[in-house]
Amino acid sequence: MSTSTEPGRPDPETTTLARSHDGRPVSDRGDTVCVIGAGASGLTAVKNLVEHGFGVDCYERETGVGGAWNWRHDRSPVYASTHLISSRPFTQFPDFPMPDDWPDYPHHSQLLSYFERYADHFDLRRHIWFGTEVVRVEPVADDRWDVTTRSTGGYGPERTSRYAAVVIANGHNWSPKLPRYEGLEQFRGEVMHASSYKDAAQLRGKRVLVVGAGNTGCDIAVEAAQQASRCWHSTRRGYWYAPKYVLGRPADQVNDLLLALRVPLRVRQWLYHRTLRLTVGDLTRFGLPKPDHRVYETHPIANSLLVYHVGHGAIAPVPDIERFHPHSVELTDGRQIDPELIVFATGYLPRFEFLDGKILGDDEGLGRPRLWLNALVPDHPTLAVTGLLQPDSGIFTLAHWQAVLVARSLRLRASRPDRAAAFAARVRAGAGERYSGQVKDSTRHWFEVGHADYLRALERALRELESK
Amino acid sequence: MRSWEWARPVRPVRREVLSAVPEMEEGRPPLLFVPGFGHGAWAYAENWLGHVAARGFSAYAVSLRGHGGSDPAPEATLRAYAHDVVQVAASLPRQAVLVGHGAGALVTEYAMARYPARAAVLVAPVLGGWATLGTALRRNPLGTLPAVFGAGLRLNRKQLFSSELPDAEARRHTARLGRAARRAQWQLMTGADPEPAVGNPPVLVLGSPDDRVVPASALTRAARRYGAAPLLFPGMGHDLMLDARWREPIDAILDWLVKDPARDDRG
Repeated sequence: MSTSTEPGRPDPETTTLARSHDGRPVSDRGDTVCVIGAGASGLTAVKNLVEHGFGVDCYERETGVGGAWNWRHDRSPVYASTHLISSRPFTQFPDFPMPDDWPDYPHHSQLLSYFERYADHFDLRRHIWFGTEVVRVEPVADDRWDVTTRSTGGYGPERTSRYAAVVIANGHNWSPKLPRYEGLEQFRGEVMHASSYKDAAQLRGKRVLVVGAGNTGCDIAVEAAQQASRCWHSTRRGYWYAPKYVLGRPADQVNDLLLALRVPLRVRQWLYHRTLRLTVGDLTRFGLPKPDHRVYETHPIANSLLVYHVGHGAIAPVPDIERFHPHSVELTDGRQIDPELIVFATGYLPRFEFLDGKILGDDEGLGRPRLWLNALVPDHPTLAVTGLLQPDSGIFTLAHWQAVLVARSLRLRASRPDRAAAFAARVRAGAGERYSGQVKDSTRHWFEVGHADYLRALERALRELESK
Repeated sequence: MRSWEWARPVRPVRREVLSAVPEMEEGRPPLLFVPGFGHGAWAYAENWLGHVAARGFSAYAVSLRGHGGSDPAPEATLRAYAHDVVQVAASLPRQAVLVGHGAGALVTEYAMARYPARAAVLVAPVLGGWATLGTALRRNPLGTLPAVFGAGLRLNRKQLFSSELPDAEARRHTARLGRAARRAQWQLMTGADPEPAVGNPPVLVLGSPDDRVVPASALTRAARRYGAAPLLFPGMGHDLMLDARWREPIDAILDWLVKDPARDDRG
């Protein structure tokens, strides 16, 4: 069956060996692994699977690589001014560094060119089927999977192929999460989610209300401060706004230095509070609410400019929204404001529309999978999710090591089934584990991981795979 | 965990990269040559680069920081040298074959832990340790001893070349030799073994039994680490790429690559 692992779609007439449970023909792809998505996580999954000797078919609904980081893609959340919020050393793939003459915080267009070079350098494009979306993924006997695909947009016939394993890397920042508010339907102004925000020109000369204090919300508020005629910034709670540089170095590198020295969390929190006090100072002075948590308990916000513009009076911080009226917005403190444009930077939810939620352990239908290491699926040793992480750092290094773990565990199934079974038990036992300190409970923090804790756990799992 | 590398990234420098690209791109992997201490990319540009391009492979040679035409870096470490190699390798259009000579072979091994090379070739590898120092002290005490105390390592022409190379040419090459950074020299003597290579690339070791820097026993030891025997070219000095019969080893390397060494199965 060596030919079946060669890249290239087989002709269904000649290789049809099986039928799916509802009688459609299925082309058997032998030991080939299916990767869903050719964004950052998908690319590194393809690269590492190929490196471990697997044949790979990768399905990408768009016509280029880069996923969320390719602004041409209709599911891409990037806007014209998007820059990285973690600095280069931890953001790049660990075995393919970004050019060292790039800035500390590269622009999203540089990131896209980085992914394109990664794909070309390791010759990944020959494994990727562009313009093809996955409609269904169904388990069949022997832990194999039937994957049904069609051309993006629903044209053309559906095709079903049978794979030895499936790696889901469909991203989690494309399905907008919109909160419910009383009276939002009657509001006469313009309402948009941050996912459709592309360019500062959309804000020019308008009265803008930005909702949400994630990194996106803060970026948009800063742009509104420069472009809009007025800008309100509504947040649920007070946050710690970390500057991008402290002590003359990118802030996350200073944090990594403390982690390298194994400074305990409490001491790090204390140091962090001290540094913020010395640089940014007391935020309540500007009318910003006092944070109700210690740093490292919510996803970090790296934005040097937000506080700067609040200090210039260009951003008016306001509390949460109570209800909407046709021409105004009522806030929880009773104030009324009259924005023309509301941008909801309220985040995204993961979606696996092609897969039965129960397979990923989401029994209550909340959309929250129950996995080990945020990647491995209990009771389905040949299914994995990569890149489903909200790290306090760059994500690509983590996605790379996830892909290595998946590739090695699949390898182990072929070479040492007894040890693979022991590992599967480990996956079951570890499902739902967290890799961060105490965090606020919110969909925002479902996948929150501390990158150092998480990588240590991943490293232990890799050792377990090899040593047992 | 590479916390130190995340916290203190290597400072960027301007690097000299010499290249020779064949007229027709034949889809073969590019070769990246890493020179040993004291040598720059010029050592490969002399003979090998052009020959490699003539045989249909793209050839690149980098000068490690502080060497050749790259920016000076008196405080460089082995990690900084490996960083230079990985940066250049990642900038090439395709997955590269790394070829390291002398102490450049150790730098190559460091780089292989940070970059999944297509394959690697270690030419007369100086992989460090006290034995290397012992050999160098015995062969060239006056040139080596000051290096122990942080001065530049001086290599004489008897160590580097066979007697077949005309005197004038040997003198021209030795005059171009520079020096590696003090800390990198110390690391070479005392340094820890590099981390295992990523991506499990096939590795070829070659050298000369008459090399006066790397004894034949060291070659065998290096090759055994990769489960093979070294390819030997008797009668040549340490600088195989500059010696009179430079054609033989590079042809052997290219033949090995054309055979397309399979990655070993990793159970």
